[in-house]
Amino acid sequence: MSEKNYGLIAEFDSPAAVLQAAEKTRDAGYRRWDVFSPFPIHGLDKVMGLGNSLVGWFAFLFGAGAFIGTMLLIWYCNAFDYPLVVGGKPMFSAPMSFVPSYILLVLAAALGAFIGMVALNQLPRHHHPLFKNKRFELVSRDKFFLVIGSTDLKFSETETRKLLEEIGGTHIELVEDDE
Amino acid sequence: MTEVADNLKSLAPPAELRRSPNIIGNRSFGFLTDKLTAFNEGKTPLWWWIMFFPAAFCGTIVLPTMLIYKISTGVGVWGNNHPVMWGWDIINFVWWVGVAHAGTLISAMLFLTRQHWRTAIGRAAEAMTVFSVMMAGLYPGIHVGRSWFDWFMFPIPTYEGMWPQFRSPLMWDVFAVNTYLIVSTTFWYMGLIPDLALLRDRSKTRVRKFLYGLFALGWTGSARHWHNYEKAYTVLAGLCTLLVFTVSSIVGMDFATSQIAGWHATIFPLYFVVGAVYCGFGMILVLLIPLRKLLHLENIITQRHIDRVCKLTLLSSLAIGYIYLMEYFIAWYSGDPYERWVFSHRLLGTTYWYGGWIMILVNVGMTQLLWFKKARANLKLVFCIAVLINCGMWFERFVIIVGSLYQDFLPANWGYYKQTWVDVLTFVGTLGVFFMMYLLFIRFVPMVAVSEVKGITPEADPHHPPGGAKGEKP
Repeated sequence: MSEKNYGLIAEFDSPAAVLQAAEKTRDAGYRRWDVFSPFPIHGLDKVMGLGNSLVGWFAFLFGAGAFIGTMLLIWYCNAFDYPLVVGGKPMFSAPMSFVPSYILLVLAAALGAFIGMVALNQLPRHHHPLFKNKRFELVSRDKFFLVIGSTDLKFSETETRKLLEEIGGTHIELVEDDE
Repeated sequence: MTEVADNLKSLAPPAELRRSPNIIGNRSFGFLTDKLTAFNEGKTPLWWWIMFFPAAFCGTIVLPTMLIYKISTGVGVWGNNHPVMWGWDIINFVWWVGVAHAGTLISAMLFLTRQHWRTAIGRAAEAMTVFSVMMAGLYPGIHVGRSWFDWFMFPIPTYEGMWPQFRSPLMWDVFAVNTYLIVSTTFWYMGLIPDLALLRDRSKTRVRKFLYGLFALGWTGSARHWHNYEKAYTVLAGLCTLLVFTVSSIVGMDFATSQIAGWHATIFPLYFVVGAVYCGFGMILVLLIPLRKLLHLENIITQRHIDRVCKLTLLSSLAIGYIYLMEYFIAWYSGDPYERWVFSHRLLGTTYWYGGWIMILVNVGMTQLLWFKKARANLKLVFCIAVLINCGMWFERFVIIVGSLYQDFLPANWGYYKQTWVDVLTFVGTLGVFFMMYLLFIRFVPMVAVSEVKGITPEADPHHPPGGAKGEKP
């Protein structure tokens, strides 16, 4: 039965309400749950124990790779494959190769941050079970939602529903997973 | 605890010293959402069409015609000649790059310094950046005589074994401008994702839902998504801030590495950065002042926002005044007769003396009006000042480029530059594309970043009473 369900969704009216609800959900021992909001809520990542996002590493690795790669490219072009004396200057030197390498570092790091964000969020996806829920359309407007997934070991339709009611959730509904 | 609270209250600054709120009216999230998406969802108003048609005509008819004419005939259709090899094409390139910079400064640097007021104008400023870098990037591509060899600028392996010459700042420009375009577009698009999801959720028709949904990438607003999103946004803002300083510096180095008197100065990279930012503030004021009225966003993009942009404009104007002064001082102090010749002829020459006066009187003189609160509060005046700033900065580039080239070291090598109608219409065409894309932008996506504006309201802070927090936690 639970394979067919995505989880239980509860609606909240204010950022503080959903933040407190999140604290209580965590204290109740649930692991697979998420909060949905129209804007990032300050302090929520701490409650959910999300730690440091890995996006920074994507940016760093992409950027470092591009910097080294461009240096190598310039050395290959101007000093190895077709060495050409220009103004009696060395074939390869740091001052001339730094600027393009640095620029491409910025380019690659920026793309890395974006790609990292998209990849870590498992986007793009064309559908999400929550999109079936009519109330969930308000998530980008002014409502806050807490969803406890049915894959959670502690999940039980009655007990979890009771918890969501206790912590102040309204419009508690079962979300079906149709995929 | 109440005693402490009372003490704190008595310490609060008097009403006239308190900051006015970022958003006037203390509105709910729902109200803000409706307000900010109203223009995207309503009927297209008449004024939009009236602005759109001339812009689209210039952008889609005039510009392509000029480009085809120039590419099929040759650079001779422009006024560029010997010795003035860089004419309107490079003037406009530098001008468009400059316009872009203030957008990045507002959206990225003010984000890193946690200036909450930027949320209301960040998106609009970023859009300005993206579109003006596009226009800037066009010019070097057509400035080279044979545009079909543009690909020589990229390190593409061919049987000829030809590689770009990486020692030249002109080559660095290729990377800098393209990087700037890609990075600012990425930053802009990533900021748009939550708002595209908002428009998707609000869509009434299937087509709108599909299209906005496509570009929203399936955004749900999950806390995990926001967590990564905020990190990526901060990283991108930091990288964009680097670009504010890099791109115009490199454009400045295009000039500074040459031997021409008037160009060969170490202050040039800084000069171009400051000039770029200053010019861009002018453009953002030109865009925001009418649009906040036409889109009825006076309570979101408030008088206070305009006031602050005016102050930043004033600051950059003072910096540019200092640089003008330094330029003249160094020209005199260097004792170099060619430098002295160029700089004295900027103001007292017989041919282009007016450019030098326009540049100083407008960019340094007129902007001093912004010291006065009354002047900053008079939006019509601010609009006129902003338009003139754009003209003044255009003339600055004219003075630097044409004014330094037309009389160089040998009198036998002196010449005269006059633009042709093709120069003028190409520039008009790029202005057309810019405004056309800007109008399309405000029509199809929210001009103000809705999720960001909601996020800075007092109601959005879960640790304060307006956000729903109830008293002290144990």
